[in-house]
Amino acid sequence: MTQLDLIRNFSIVAHIDHGKSTLADRLIQMTGTVAERDMKAQILDSMDIERERGITIKANTVRIEYPAKDGKTYILNLIDTPGHVDFAYEVSRSMKAVEGSLLVVDASQGVEAQTLANVYQALDAGHEIVPVLNKIDLPAAEPERIKQQIEDVIGLDASEAIAISAKSGLGIPDVLEAIVTRLPAPKGDRDAPLKAMLVDSWYDAYLGVVVMLRVIDGVVKKGDRIRMMATNAVYGIDKLAVLKPQMVDIPELGPGEIGIFTASIKQVRDTRVGDTVTHERKGCDTPLPGFKPAQPVVFCGLFPVDAADFEPLRDAIEKLSLNDASFSTEMETSAALGFGFRCGFLGLLHLEVIRDRLEREYDLDLITTAPSVVFKLYMKDGEVRDLHNPADMPDLTYVDHIEEPRIKATIMVPDEYLGDILKLCQDRRGIQMDLSYAGSRAMVVYDLPLAEVVFDFYDRLKSVTKGYASFDYTISEYREDHLVKMSILVNDEPVDALAMMVHRDRAEARGRSMVEKLKELIPRHMFKIPIQAAIGGRVIARETLSAMRKDVTAKCYGGDATRKKKLLEKQKAGKKKMRQFGKVEIPQEAFISALKMDG
Amino acid sequence: MEDWRHGGFGLYLHWPFCQSKCPYCDFNSHVSAEIDQDQWRRAYLTEIDRLGGETGGRILQSVFFGGGTPSLMAPELVSAIMDRIRATWPMVNDAEVTLEANPSSIEAGRFAAFRQAGVTRISMGMQAMNDADLRRLGRLHTADEARRAFETARRIFDRVSFDLIYARQDQSLTDWRAELTEALALTVDHLSLYQLTIESGTAFADRLARGGLRGLPGEDLSVELYEATQELCDRAGMPAYEVSNHARPGAGSRHNMIYWRGGDYAGIGPGAHGRLTLGGTRWATEAPRSPGLWLAQVGAEGQGELPRSALSPLDHAEEYLLMSLRLSEGTDLGRLSRLYGERLALDRLAPLVELGLLHEPGTQLVTTERGRLVLNALLAEIAAALL
Ligand SMILES: Nc1nc2c(ncn2[C@@H]2O[C@H](COP(=O)(O)OP(=O)(O)O)[C@@H](O)[C@H]2O)c(=O)[nH]1
Ligand SMILES: C[S@@+](CC[C@H](N)C(=O)[O-])C[C@H]1O[C@@H](n2cnc3c(N)ncnc32)[C@H](O)[C@@H]1O
Ligand code: SF4
Ligand SMILES: [Mg+2]
Repeated sequence: MTQLDLIRNFSIVAHIDHGKSTLADRLIQMTGTVAERDMKAQILDSMDIERERGITIKANTVRIEYPAKDGKTYILNLIDTPGHVDFAYEVSRSMKAVEGSLLVVDASQGVEAQTLANVYQALDAGHEIVPVLNKIDLPAAEPERIKQQIEDVIGLDASEAIAISAKSGLGIPDVLEAIVTRLPAPKGDRDAPLKAMLVDSWYDAYLGVVVMLRVIDGVVKKGDRIRMMATNAVYGIDKLAVLKPQMVDIPELGPGEIGIFTASIKQVRDTRVGDTVTHERKGCDTPLPGFKPAQPVVFCGLFPVDAADFEPLRDAIEKLSLNDASFSTEMETSAALGFGFRCGFLGLLHLEVIRDRLEREYDLDLITTAPSVVFKLYMKDGEVRDLHNPADMPDLTYVDHIEEPRIKATIMVPDEYLGDILKLCQDRRGIQMDLSYAGSRAMVVYDLPLAEVVFDFYDRLKSVTKGYASFDYTISEYREDHLVKMSILVNDEPVDALAMMVHRDRAEARGRSMVEKLKELIPRHMFKIPIQAAIGGRVIARETLSAMRKDVTAKCYGGDATRKKKLLEKQKAGKKKMRQFGKVEIPQEAFISALKMDG
Repeated sequence: MEDWRHGGFGLYLHWPFCQSKCPYCDFNSHVSAEIDQDQWRRAYLTEIDRLGGETGGRILQSVFFGGGTPSLMAPELVSAIMDRIRATWPMVNDAEVTLEANPSSIEAGRFAAFRQAGVTRISMGMQAMNDADLRRLGRLHTADEARRAFETARRIFDRVSFDLIYARQDQSLTDWRAELTEALALTVDHLSLYQLTIESGTAFADRLARGGLRGLPGEDLSVELYEATQELCDRAGMPAYEVSNHARPGAGSRHNMIYWRGGDYAGIGPGAHGRLTLGGTRWATEAPRSPGLWLAQVGAEGQGELPRSALSPLDHAEEYLLMSLRLSEGTDLGRLSRLYGERLALDRLAPLVELGLLHEPGTQLVTTERGRLVLNALLAEIAAALL
């Protein structure tokens, strides 16, 4: 057990790509926490997807021992948090477990939308904050200007910001020293009853459910019988360890310390992030103020391309949800796509990450239907229903009105692109709430329908600003609007998987671009195919895919039989990747691309 | 009765050399300065002996010298090959022996000797009837030279066919109608009319990929060109008996009919394919494509084949379907069902009949003219419905 004043718990907050993971690597490396030969880049990002995409998805901790200039050796616990909005809940829970943050800002880029969102969360959690200007090795770095920006935009004192290059290692010793001297030690009472916060939990193939906890008061030991206060479940601790970042067993954890335990817990769902862990007997009286569990906000259907993959998909989804309590699933049947699942996600990135993992780690080919948000249906009989799937939309005569979730979006953008951004937000039914400048960067705050954002807002934002804008949002409220269900009919058959809820005023435009896109995506058949978008019985957009007129091999003699047979095999394999809608076959890629369409 | 007997038995022999390589051509053809015709003779004869041993006693209906440019073979070589063939298999009385010829004066000089050797039919690669287009197709001969070569062939052989490539760059419907009318006036009893296909790996494919080769017809024009071709040929008494082949009734190429009717054929020479039914199994044979390798292998091993593969009943049925559906006579559904080993669910074809792509199936399955134009897609549908 470590003395309180020799412990520092902290996290790093930053906009994506500002160097959070690289800085974490350097801190781990310079303190010799990981042997040089075991060191790899982005060591805390353990999932393939995290490394590949350069994003952090799961919070991760590492315990670092640091001999400071004052001659004492400190225990530094770093919690590396995800930067993306979809995972804001991960950030907020981890923030509550530490006392301070390093605010990393890329000195060539400056403050971005995620910088703001994350730093506000750190301030909310009562953190002491040390600003760090990274990438000063870059010629474009302007540390002085960025310092000023931090003061102007965030309102933090940046006079003692530390200038570093996480890449070269320059300034890292100053960061380590600042963690010790400028961040507060945790407080706590060793003799009080055990009170610890459940920070995170995940499923490990060998160990089962692993729980990360931060001890506030008291001491927890291996073999202790503990109680989870929210669920009242009691467990015996089998293993107690700290992460360096690999697990190292430890006999006990005292106040201020962060570690993990296992206790024959079956599912991640049996643990509640934010719950209070205490002893079964002589426990504490009042639990810590809890977290609100993350609510899925984006829904879509996931269907196996090959119907035979339904069972493997079910298994894979079960395994993934063992480790990710934030994604919800329920069986869904689609006339077009067969059996699959309706899944709820924290956001679009979360959706993509899960789909990627299902496809890669479990080798499944999936069709993803149009992402949609949860609409609230106020029925005429007074009932209020959640609509997760446009296909379930009841007859309008029973519906009094519909509400949709709105968000408060913060966008930071170089002022030359401001016009484009305002237009984009306006097109997406946005209401401007604030517009201010920090140097040549503008910050706009918009009230937007979430439904318009889940569509392809990020992509559009990126393309109109050549990648220079940054974006973050929080869910604000539900509000009524004129929403309708738009169906897509191919050869006069409705394709349920393509149905979507849209604003009445945008339906024509959306319908038009959908049918145009489908016309490009559906291969020609031997007959002509009408493609229509409709609201109820009224067609609002239509295209006709003309019939294929010529597809015949001119020469085919004895030597060509084999070649032609191969072509036939290819056609057969292609047909397997098709979905049959009446007489029309639609390739799976067509769904994916059609659903990814731009507004 | 073994299925192949419905199609008959023939022999294909591949001569892999040409005077120059045409930019559209993806045949196994090569330009080579020195060709030791003696060495080639030994190799061909070795192969004839070997295949004769396997198929002895069968009656041979046709021989086809294909290429490449077989009209560049020494007449003595053709003669030696024909002698050995006649000594190996009994042949039908009116056996068809076709030789592919390029229409230049060099070859025309050999026609009489080829006839002497036993060749009964010439298939001549005319390709176009005007010099500008012949040049664009990379051909060495002029239209005049070709016409003269054709006249020579006509005098010497009873049966002479020629090939044209249409749907060329900048070819209008009117141009083609005029050219085809002119060609039909020359015709003896057979004509092959191929729409230009850009085959991958050819110089044309390259040019196209780099943005060149402009003025190729789009889908609508190529449909019109095809339809005009059917109309003019029908009127001239030369209806299509296969997608690209036209003949007076009964004058179709018997050799090619063996392929389309699912007969057996022995393949000899570099890259040659064969189909042989032996001991109840239908084998697909194939030879190494490279002339040098083939020659060396026959020399060293006494045989010029790659390992054979056995066709499953499904393979066999698919192959029969895809070949025979090219014919105006269509597919014998009784044969197809026996090959596949199950009854065919013909009612599943109803939607295709309804779309006007297939005629109502009777004993034969036959495409309509519209169906023939989309045969590749149609085949996939039929195979999915029946097999
Ligand atoms: N030039 C330079 N590049 C850096 C520095 N720190 C990080 N990077 C690069 O910036 C990119 C993003 O870094 P990363 O640590 O993944 O950012 P994160 O998204 O905040 O975790 C990577 O390509 C890093 O190599 C630095 O100090 N100088
Ligand atoms: C083996 S080749 C020709 C034989 C002979 N060497 C000649 O060129 O005259 C048979 C025929 O196929 C046709 N052909 C070859 N390549 C073609 C292509 N890419 N598109 C259309 N027809 C083609 C030509 O009409 C050619 O005469
Ligand atoms: S078209 Fe005939 S002459 Fe031209 S390369 Fe091909 S085989 Fe040889
Ligand atoms: Mg990172």
